[in-house]
Amino acid sequence: MRTEDLIKALDADARDEAMPMGKAWWLAVGVAMVIAAAVFFATIGPRPDIMPAMHTMRFMSKFVFTLTLAVSAFALIRALSMPGASTRRAMARMIAAPLLVVLAVVLELFVVPEADWGKRLIGSNMMICMSFIPLIGIGPLAIFLGMLRYGAPTRPVLAGAVAGLLAGGLAATFYAAHCFDDSPLFVATWYTVAIAFLTALGALGGRFFVRW
Amino acid sequence: MTGKDEAELSRLLRAAIAGDERAYADFLHGIAALVRGFVRRKIVQGGVDPEDVVQETLLAIHVKRHTWRPDAPVLPWVYAIARFKLIDAFRRRGRRIEVEIDEIAETFAEPETETVSERDINRALDGLPPSQRSVVSLISVDGQSIGETAAKLGISETAVRVSLHRGLAAIAKRFGRTAT
Repeated sequence: MRTEDLIKALDADARDEAMPMGKAWWLAVGVAMVIAAAVFFATIGPRPDIMPAMHTMRFMSKFVFTLTLAVSAFALIRALSMPGASTRRAMARMIAAPLLVVLAVVLELFVVPEADWGKRLIGSNMMICMSFIPLIGIGPLAIFLGMLRYGAPTRPVLAGAVAGLLAGGLAATFYAAHCFDDSPLFVATWYTVAIAFLTALGALGGRFFVRW
Repeated sequence: MTGKDEAELSRLLRAAIAGDERAYADFLHGIAALVRGFVRRKIVQGGVDPEDVVQETLLAIHVKRHTWRPDAPVLPWVYAIARFKLIDAFRRRGRRIEVEIDEIAETFAEPETETVSERDINRALDGLPPSQRSVVSLISVDGQSIGETAAKLGISETAVRVSLHRGLAAIAKRFGRTAT
């Protein structure tokens, strides 16, 4: 088939328009949030003392970390899914969430006596944390990988990893409402492990599933 | 990559998205010429047919045109896709050459079989279900319109459009992967 002939066929197919990528991403994030919420409320749900907890700095700081991660990952994955889009600024902003966590850890180490560090780090339910963040995040991750397939990422493995970070940020936001361990020492350790798992899974998905 | 190309091509693609079919054909011709130049500059040694990469890039641009933001410049988008498809073609060639070297080492097969190269797109076209294949080849190779194709095959114009759309999407997905 000559290129001229191919153009004739493409031109005849011009009328069929798919949903623009930017709009599709918002839709995907909306659906992902509904799925994550459904899994969360059907399984562990929020902690019973959530109302008084909301007046404590440590409890609220968890949402600052996880939402910062989700928002920055969302901006980056949008750019990564569209060829030729500049990713430099969105990439630089990915440092924000880890930076906030490091800052909080340093503050925590100043405020809390050394004898309590270990207790705060281990917390009361790290196994629940490490299993429920991936469990809540797996549905959103599948949706985001599907979106990458719908898009055109020229760096599929990186884009897949960022899909994992976005799913992890989202899942951790829900999980944080359940978890009694509010110390940044706990969050910096176990949330990171759980989100890293989703990130690795996303990178694998990007490698083997995101082909275009 | 000149400013004139950029302004003209993004205007054409914007018009095409708004429903101007003439503009879309002009856009694709312009892109084909630019990508052909780009690919020929990049492929210095043999093994990859530049026109295969041009066709694969055009298909990708077509099925992924929703990844272009109408307020963004069009050429960085086009070249990012072309570069991605070029690297993909090199990667495939690398794999194929390994296979051929193994075969030669084992059987001393005649070397001329290596150079037999059909257009990748024909292989992808041959892999389609018969109904899609006849629609795609009537419209492309034979240059028939949607209406003429519908009359010839005795199906509705909508069915022709659906077959064409699915056929092109399938070709874009299988391009170069039907080989070996």
